[in-house]
Amino acid sequence: MIYAYFLVAIAVVVVAQRLPDLRAKRGLFLLLGVALLCAPLFDRNDSTFNVLADAGIFVLLALGLNIVVGFAGLLDLGYAAFFAIGAYTYAMMASPQFNLHLPFWLLLFLAAAFAAVFGIILGAPTLRLRGDYLAIVTLGFGEIVPQIFQNLTKYTGGPNGIGALDFPSLFGRSFGQNTIPYYYVVLALIALALFFAYNLRDSRLGRAWMAIREDELAARHMGINTTAVKLAAFALGASFSGLAGVVFAAKLSLVSPDLFQFQVSVLIVSMLVLGGMGNIPGVIVGALVLVLVNNVVLPQANTIAAGAGLHVDFGNYHFFIYGAILVGIMLFRPEGLLPSRQRKEELHHAAA
Amino acid sequence: MHEFLAQLFNGIALGGIYALIALGYTMVYGIIGLINFAHGDVYTLGSFFALTILTALGVSGELHGVALVVDVAIALIGAALLCGIVGVLIERLAYRRLRNAPRLAPLITAIGISFILENVMQIWKGPAPVPFPAVVPNPSVMIAGVAVGAQQFLLVGLAVVMMVALQLFIHNTRLGRAMRATAEDRDAAQLMGININKTIMLTFLIGSALAGVAGFVSGVYYQSTWFFNGFGAGLKAFTAAVLGGIGNIAGAMLGGFLIGIIESFATWKFGGQWSNVTVFAILILVLVFRPSGLLGEAVYERA
Repeated sequence: MIYAYFLVAIAVVVVAQRLPDLRAKRGLFLLLGVALLCAPLFDRNDSTFNVLADAGIFVLLALGLNIVVGFAGLLDLGYAAFFAIGAYTYAMMASPQFNLHLPFWLLLFLAAAFAAVFGIILGAPTLRLRGDYLAIVTLGFGEIVPQIFQNLTKYTGGPNGIGALDFPSLFGRSFGQNTIPYYYVVLALIALALFFAYNLRDSRLGRAWMAIREDELAARHMGINTTAVKLAAFALGASFSGLAGVVFAAKLSLVSPDLFQFQVSVLIVSMLVLGGMGNIPGVIVGALVLVLVNNVVLPQANTIAAGAGLHVDFGNYHFFIYGAILVGIMLFRPEGLLPSRQRKEELHHAAA
Repeated sequence: MHEFLAQLFNGIALGGIYALIALGYTMVYGIIGLINFAHGDVYTLGSFFALTILTALGVSGELHGVALVVDVAIALIGAALLCGIVGVLIERLAYRRLRNAPRLAPLITAIGISFILENVMQIWKGPAPVPFPAVVPNPSVMIAGVAVGAQQFLLVGLAVVMMVALQLFIHNTRLGRAMRATAEDRDAAQLMGININKTIMLTFLIGSALAGVAGFVSGVYYQSTWFFNGFGAGLKAFTAAVLGGIGNIAGAMLGGFLIGIIESFATWKFGGQWSNVTVFAILILVLVFRPSGLLGEAVYERA
């Protein structure tokens, strides 16, 4: 059953991508949105919406990283750090840890703002670096942040993290253990993220990002303030991750440093690479495919293998899958599986 | 003072390992401008190869006399050779096609290769750290009141010998000259009749073989190895290469020893849980304030 949701969502996004007519495209997305909104009325299976909410969190992360990597062309290998900052913001301000119990909705904004501030703190000194050096700096940052959360035991609970986070509530009604409310929150945030992502892409700022991505020197000579524009990409991308972190923490009711390791950053990069960096429908599909593989296909493969008397843990093959995606796509289809027409032209033109 | 010296010696030994790994980063970066992210995993692979060879030889503990020399030589050379071959294969299969692609494409590919190697090693020897036989006896000598083990001497000695040999090779042989010429200007070197592909393969062969040596040595020194070791060690060795000035061989050695000493002191002063934070903070600071490193020349964005 869970497959149906993923396959339908992926199919709709792929078809919408192919449609030349903008109105039809929008209509199709709207239809998918309405269907997803109504789904809990007909499907009473809580675990389905649990997986879908997780998938949504990764769609949110992929949309955010897409601004940095896809639009502006800055390879950020420490994106999970901002996710961690968002999650810990919620964990520290809505839990018995400091006996602060700020409301979820306020913390959504706060965490997005915090993450953006950290994006600027990291970006301001480093954004004049060349692309590959920038990637390594972000990787270093991504290593430092969870390590600091792990080391400051007094404030963050150390390696065990912080548990028993508050359940969010709306109009006085607590979400509790129920997954459906989180699913709706995630859907709403994706809608918001899509709105921002599309409008940013088509804005003056978005065109500046793409100009930098294609040729930074030329962009600078056209009068683009490259540092400011790159900082904006970092801050906005980070803020998406902060939002995702809050929902992730609240839903899990737990944060710990090992949830935000390098593998998470690489997973999100793999989603972008798979779907097509810079293309919004592409990265959504990339995120959905990888979540489907990680959270549904591999565990089921384990069950099937165990049923056949085999002792294979397919959960051990995650790294291999991410690695194979990164290598395979870069070598054979650098524009990703679902690229925008423009990006495809750019890449193949550059290669020629 | 006693503790200071002890930490200094530890740091130098650790630095020997980083320096050997850093050489591979710096050579590859110098010649094709790629941060070979998978290099740290080739280093771990070296310790896995050495362990497998030692096991095949039936070695499980300390060796003495002729057996010590012969078995260690076989394991060392075997690990270096196998790693060299792996390095060349990686270049041929994954990086060569992307030599003229936008700069980030090969870097992303290198991360992918790193993940694949880690996964292969995880399946090969399991997810937990694996014990490595302490093949080399470790009698200690007192230097200024601090016990320094024979293994530490061996480690540093081996690292220094390798580095000197590499310097001699690069500066005094035809192939070394071809490598320097290719690093300087690939097109011009090709016009001068240098076989670019062969030269780049040679660079990967040497760099990866040195990582293999480092893998063997670290196995002996720590008496354990782990599929994920290469990620942290690789990042630190890369920091060393950047600190010394990337592309600069002498810089990689200097940077390696400095990072080893810094990590050792950070562990002593702030505790082990802060050593990574310290090294990565240095990485960021060096890249931000002095991207050319201690011995490197200024680098410019290539068109």
